[in-house]
Amino acid sequence: MLTALHFAIIAPFIAAVFVPFLYKKFSYIHTGWFVLAVPTLLFLYFLQYLPITANKQTVTAVADWVPSLGIHFTAHVDGLGLLFALLITGIGMLVVLYSIYYLSKEKEALYNFYTFLLMFMGAMLGVVLSDNLIVLYTFWEITSLSSFLLISYWYEREKSRYGALKSMLITVMGGFAMLVGFVMLYSMTGTFSIQEIIASANDITSHNLFIPAMLVILLGAFTKSAQFPFHIWLPDAMEAPTPVSAYLHSATMVKAGIYLVARLSPVFAISGEWLWLVAGFGLTTLFWGSFSAVRQTDLKGILAFSTVSQLGMILSMLGVGAAAIHFDSMEDNLYVGATTAALFHLINHATFKGSLFMMVGIVDHETGTRDIRRLGGLMTVMPITFTIAVIGSFSMAGLPPFNGFLSKEMFFTAMVDITSFHLFNIDNIGIVFPVVAWIASIFTFIYSMMLVFKTFTGKMQPEKLDTKPHEAPFGMLLSPIVLISLVIVFGFFPNILSYSVIEPAMASILPSLLGEGEQFYVDIYFWHGWTIELFMTMGVIGIGTLLYLSLRKWVAMYQVFPDSLTLNHVYDQTVVGVERMSSRLTGSYMTGFIRDYLLYIFSFFAAALVFVLFNKNAFSIQADLAPISVYEVILAIVLVSTAFVVMFTKSRLKAIIGLGVLGYTIALFFVIFRAPDLALTQLIIETVSVALFLLCFYHLPHISKELEKVRFRLGNLIISIAVGVTVTLIGITANSSRLFESISGFFPEASYDEAGGKNMVNVILVDFRGFDTLLEILVLGIAAIGIYTMIKLRLAGRNEL
Amino acid sequence: MEILMSILAGILFMAGTYMVLSKNMIRIIIGTAIISHGAHVLLLTMAGLKTGAPPLLGLKASTYTDPLPQALILTAIVISFGVTSFFIVLGYRAYKETGTDDTEKLRGTDSYD
Repeated sequence: MLTALHFAIIAPFIAAVFVPFLYKKFSYIHTGWFVLAVPTLLFLYFLQYLPITANKQTVTAVADWVPSLGIHFTAHVDGLGLLFALLITGIGMLVVLYSIYYLSKEKEALYNFYTFLLMFMGAMLGVVLSDNLIVLYTFWEITSLSSFLLISYWYEREKSRYGALKSMLITVMGGFAMLVGFVMLYSMTGTFSIQEIIASANDITSHNLFIPAMLVILLGAFTKSAQFPFHIWLPDAMEAPTPVSAYLHSATMVKAGIYLVARLSPVFAISGEWLWLVAGFGLTTLFWGSFSAVRQTDLKGILAFSTVSQLGMILSMLGVGAAAIHFDSMEDNLYVGATTAALFHLINHATFKGSLFMMVGIVDHETGTRDIRRLGGLMTVMPITFTIAVIGSFSMAGLPPFNGFLSKEMFFTAMVDITSFHLFNIDNIGIVFPVVAWIASIFTFIYSMMLVFKTFTGKMQPEKLDTKPHEAPFGMLLSPIVLISLVIVFGFFPNILSYSVIEPAMASILPSLLGEGEQFYVDIYFWHGWTIELFMTMGVIGIGTLLYLSLRKWVAMYQVFPDSLTLNHVYDQTVVGVERMSSRLTGSYMTGFIRDYLLYIFSFFAAALVFVLFNKNAFSIQADLAPISVYEVILAIVLVSTAFVVMFTKSRLKAIIGLGVLGYTIALFFVIFRAPDLALTQLIIETVSVALFLLCFYHLPHISKELEKVRFRLGNLIISIAVGVTVTLIGITANSSRLFESISGFFPEASYDEAGGKNMVNVILVDFRGFDTLLEILVLGIAAIGIYTMIKLRLAGRNEL
Repeated sequence: MEILMSILAGILFMAGTYMVLSKNMIRIIIGTAIISHGAHVLLLTMAGLKTGAPPLLGLKASTYTDPLPQALILTAIVISFGVTSFFIVLGYRAYKETGTDDTEKLRGTDSYD
């Protein structure tokens, strides 16, 4: 049964169908206004679930899809799913509003844009609200697909197509690996339902497939969430329109992988490998993303790498949070804090990154460039945009009093806490966690400052800009203003999120820690006292400021790495190399010569059959063979010598005559073996065939005079002998193992009594098995018509081919 | 007897395969004809060559040879004849159009390289 919840998930798809009609019918209204209703209504709809999930209740609705395979469209709303659903619809609403002012009604193909965007929205909702793994995978791939379409929205640009293809290849590769993992989960637990898998999680930890399933599912999550080294698609996806970058590539799609990691944490977090993989990859990505962001000169490039880095940060906190399952008790809540931080930062990142993308879009829209080398001094002309940029960037850098400061403090807390973790001797290398996190935060600080100060301060360079810069229209500013207000609100009043959104989501990620009626203790506040985290933040600000001011002196170090060592280079070479290799491979055996193909076929035939015959030991010659008479020996000698003549003669005429001799000899064999009808037919047909051969090839002047050069080839002879031997062996084994008697006893009895004929062969041909004959007549007819048309038809247009 | 006939069928297949592997179109067509001879002999042999009267009830014999493989071979002969004659004319036409009967020269022009 489809419920309202199901319809809420597929509502964007339904709406997408109507977009082109609305576009055509109401061409004077920007299509975005109609589309805006969808996420707004959905957002309001999902708000009503907040009190339900806050009370630790979940809503599940099942609709059958393929019940025989255990695939149901199960909508499941719990804290985690609801958090994402609210993000998707909420940011979606703001992005649609922004796009109305960003995309021109006259110049752009809006129906494409909004159809793809709605498809994406529906797919994302499906991913986060599906309880069935196969349904989740279906929606997951639709997000990849619609992201591909959105990145290549300006498909006439080559870079858009390149970026779209790259993201498609990488995310679909991961998605497919994930599907393999889902199937492994199914074979371990016998169900596709996530909740049921979680319930049986303890039983499968020692299963052989547990670790492989974890690895391939993580591969899917890492590729989608742009984790190192799969992050390379995200910067190239910046060719998409800015609303798309803001929505897909900062707030929603890239968090699908994070959602998956969080969702399946109750299943996999029991194993230590999960913690190491998730936290390790997260930290690597965090560092590499923030490190690479500093060298970018394109504003969207900076934001892309910054997204990569922040996603790594969230993921590393989720990984550390998994330690809670091993060691926490409800009293100290030491590692649970990491999960809190992950979720809090997830929300924060969506707010400030969304607003920053929109800010960059405004700058791009109003100045015509996103290159920080051409920008500068926009502070006075674009004061509102500047304010947005300052708040967003400072929050991203982790400065008080914005929400980014709070999540960064919690992040440092988690990383420092992990050093006290005693699993796998972390005392020695655990110190790496906070150090790497701290260095990455310094780089985060630097690029955040670059984003603001390189764009808005300094000298304006009007000669380098295409248009005269001015403040954006209010409609365009509205969405980033809303988001930036949220940055401040969540910064000052973080606890409005604590028990309404974050705590229920934590209950979904760490269900095994909660007893009946218990809840996590979530309290986010500014002042912890003089803790180590505070000193770390002060260090970040101090060293970050110094490094930013001396940026020009050390930025040259990025040139130390040659281009051939970059991951993009590796990707490009792989794509080109695979194409070249497959083309070379195909070229090496698809030569275009029939002879070569026949050689493959015959060699395989001989090799496979001989292997099977010997493998099955198929030879045991029985005694009841027919006796050999002298006539047969004579005929056999004739047959063999003629065959050799045909094989090795240089004259074409001799070969044709030899073929005739073969046919007549076989007719004589048919006489000896008491097959009068066969002998008759064989004689006539052989005569006609030889006549045809002679007609076509002897009486034709050009062919007949030309003596052909038959080259002896040893390879051909060996293959032919192999084929001959194989056939002989098959003939012998067929006689040596008769599984059951033939039905030929039936024909002598039935031929006359039932069919009224005394010639059994003829009775079989026209009576018992008349269908064969009918179709054989058809074959002859087709051959005759074919020959006739070949001779008669001359297509006039041949020269055009 | 069956072993001798199996060997004969093998020799026919060998000769046919050798012909088919050559470059010349006529030799290839002759090769296919020889292979079909080999197949017919093999069919007859595999059904067993036990002596008996020809499958004609008018002879009133005690045992007859198996009529079923004979019917199958008859069908096969006719079909291979149809195919062979089609091949002959096709080879002839190809020669008329392209001026060669060398299969190595008969290659598509829009090749991959």
